[in-house]
Amino acid sequence: MDTLLWVIVPYVCLALFVVGHFWRYRYDKFGWTTRSSQLYEDRLLRWGSPLFHFGMLGVVGGHVIGLLVPRSWTDAIGIDDHLYHYLAVGGGLVAGVMATVGLVILVYRRRTVGPVFSATTAMDKVMYAFLAAAILLGMWNTIAGSILTIGGEYNYREGVSVWYRSFLAFQPDAALMADAPIGFQLHALVAFGLFALWPFTRLVHVFSAPLGYLTRPYIVYRSRDDRQLGSHRPRRGWERVG
Amino acid sequence: MKVMAQMAMVMNLDKCIGCHTCSVTCKQAWTNRTGTEYVWFNNVETRPGQGYPRRYEDQQEWQGGWTLNRRGRLKLRAGGRLKKLATIFSNPKLPSIQDYYEPWTYDYATLTDAPAQEHTPVARPKSLISGKDTKITWSANWDDNLGGSEASFRHDPVLQKVSTDVKRSFEDAFMFYLPRICEHCLNPSCAASCPSGAIYKRAEDGIVLVDQDRCRGWRMCVSGCPYKKVYFNHRTGKAEKCTFCFPRVEVGLPTVCSETCVGRLRYIGLVLYDADRVLEAASTPDDEDLYEAQRSVLLDPNDPEVVRAAERDGIPHDWVVAAQRSPIHALINEYRVALPLHPEYRTMPMVWYIPPLSPVVDVVRDTGEDAEDPDNLFAAIDALRIPIEYLAELFTAGDVAPVDRVLKQLAAMRAYMRDINLGRDPDGSIPAAVGMTEEQMYDMYRLLALAKYDERYVIPPAHAEQAHALEEIATECSVSEYGGGNPEIFGEGSGSLTPLAVENFRMLQDRQTSDTIAAPDDKAARVNLLNWDGKGAPEGLFPPRKDD
Repeated sequence: MDTLLWVIVPYVCLALFVVGHFWRYRYDKFGWTTRSSQLYEDRLLRWGSPLFHFGMLGVVGGHVIGLLVPRSWTDAIGIDDHLYHYLAVGGGLVAGVMATVGLVILVYRRRTVGPVFSATTAMDKVMYAFLAAAILLGMWNTIAGSILTIGGEYNYREGVSVWYRSFLAFQPDAALMADAPIGFQLHALVAFGLFALWPFTRLVHVFSAPLGYLTRPYIVYRSRDDRQLGSHRPRRGWERVG
Repeated sequence: MKVMAQMAMVMNLDKCIGCHTCSVTCKQAWTNRTGTEYVWFNNVETRPGQGYPRRYEDQQEWQGGWTLNRRGRLKLRAGGRLKKLATIFSNPKLPSIQDYYEPWTYDYATLTDAPAQEHTPVARPKSLISGKDTKITWSANWDDNLGGSEASFRHDPVLQKVSTDVKRSFEDAFMFYLPRICEHCLNPSCAASCPSGAIYKRAEDGIVLVDQDRCRGWRMCVSGCPYKKVYFNHRTGKAEKCTFCFPRVEVGLPTVCSETCVGRLRYIGLVLYDADRVLEAASTPDDEDLYEAQRSVLLDPNDPEVVRAAERDGIPHDWVVAAQRSPIHALINEYRVALPLHPEYRTMPMVWYIPPLSPVVDVVRDTGEDAEDPDNLFAAIDALRIPIEYLAELFTAGDVAPVDRVLKQLAAMRAYMRDINLGRDPDGSIPAAVGMTEEQMYDMYRLLALAKYDERYVIPPAHAEQAHALEEIATECSVSEYGGGNPEIFGEGSGSLTPLAVENFRMLQDRQTSDTIAAPDDKAARVNLLNWDGKGAPEGLFPPRKDD
């Protein structure tokens, strides 16, 4: 059972995530968009969307630090457990609350504004369920686990994080996750579910964050130069000339 | 000097009767799809009026186009790269659907389905956005022919710039039409605003296009364009804009709006310009100098040095010849009667306009004076400051001198040609009064009044040896269309390529034979395929059912 939950399922989700994105990019570039609904409604979006997105950027940053940076590294630069805990819970709470409030506004908007609701697909709804569950479980782990310490203290840097790094190194240690509190286990499972769905939802727009805009010239010129043609190739028997 | 070619258009506003044929045919050709109901690549505005979307010219509000920063350097009015990325989660300057209008259709089925009843059944308007009953309050040309009169056009941002005391008399006296398409600017601020780099200018002919595969729907182009000629397809989540009918232009045909123009007022041709000087010209310090700066970027195609440079820069010889024969070059730089629309946006627009003389002529005729007499017309142009100021706000950033000059040239042409038409001796002093020779005057008359098809449209076809490399398939061998497509891929790129006209035909057919009126019931099953309209399952996504 542990092997299924903490080895097989995560790798299946990872594979879906990677291969799914490759597939989607190759065959559905046209569908690769944020699918903005700002044209329909602006008043709620103006608050909800930046709150949610900036909150999520903080949340993702926190996860990168928490999961990928080993304890020995932070010890080495003189951040002791107490300080680390203080920073992680403080930062996590701010980002988490922003993301949660933003999500509530956005979901409320999606349900109550007619045109926005009718532009919502089934896949959107499934994705929202997973996303909301992952965020709420994460908030629960932060508040109940780290602040109120319901169910005893648990240092995820000794458990979940080590397992996650072992998972990324393809030497998964399922026992570490099996010993983690149920809150962390559920959070991880829901998150992996979300990763599996990711390439098939509008979440793909995360990977088109337009950082190239900072360095490219303002005006883009294109010519019929071969390498810069559209995505479809000439059919068999035809070659591009000139 | 880096010579580049630009496909450009001139519209002769004196001839526009406001029939909207260009808008309708353009819509049928390009935007008759779900998601683009409110999208008018071409629209015709009545002036004075608010335009489409409402008050788009108020750049204090919409922050479109370019401006100069404190050091005199060009910057996007809505803010540079960092500001764009910081506001990417909610575009602060995006017009809402209410600033355009909520598109609708009618519940036509009730007209035939309704049971027998005392009163005639009525087809109610249904919103195409929400699918619900709606109340129609605005549309793309709601203030057509000054409809709504003062309540509507006192919101005209251009009229508001003209001083208040002249406003009242203008409201009584003048009206003209302004057809608009994308300007295909030399310095496009939509392209500069696009975070994804999906909007590009074609190096060969300067047409500005949106790469539908690279657009990610950030909507910054809609805000960046001061003419509001980039639209957001709310169905596909991608930006769309006027394409200058590139599949037609590539094979030497004029755009749909030009081809179908009843008044034959549109001219299409090439201009050559110096790409190295565009930035400098767009950074001209004084707004009123922008018209001349923009004119000076365009090169004289008859200058041997320009021809040599054009050849060096890879412009085919027949394109240079087309540039020499170009009606656009003649109207902009030889006769100097065409003016750019809102040069103060600093995008270097490439659709130019010949300002209308007809309001002046009408006034002179209404007073009972001879409306073809050059002295009467010149005096009227000098006296009627209001329309001149209004036109200057549109075409020369407020500088009345060029508008004055153009209207006098047009008036002189009217007077000079009357003598010829009546068999009298032509009066050489009339062209001389506006600085033209008799020969020039006659040539200008020929181009403006007779406007033969092959003189209005001088469009060199894209090169045959490059035809395969064209992005659009319209020029490929049609036999290969039946080959069954590329077996290696499936999904969006699969199957044989569908020529545009057939694609539209199929979509229209699907729509006409679908069960629902507005937003389809099965919207939930959305798949973002270009030619799938959201009705029923897309063909090929699922295997056929057994009972089929």
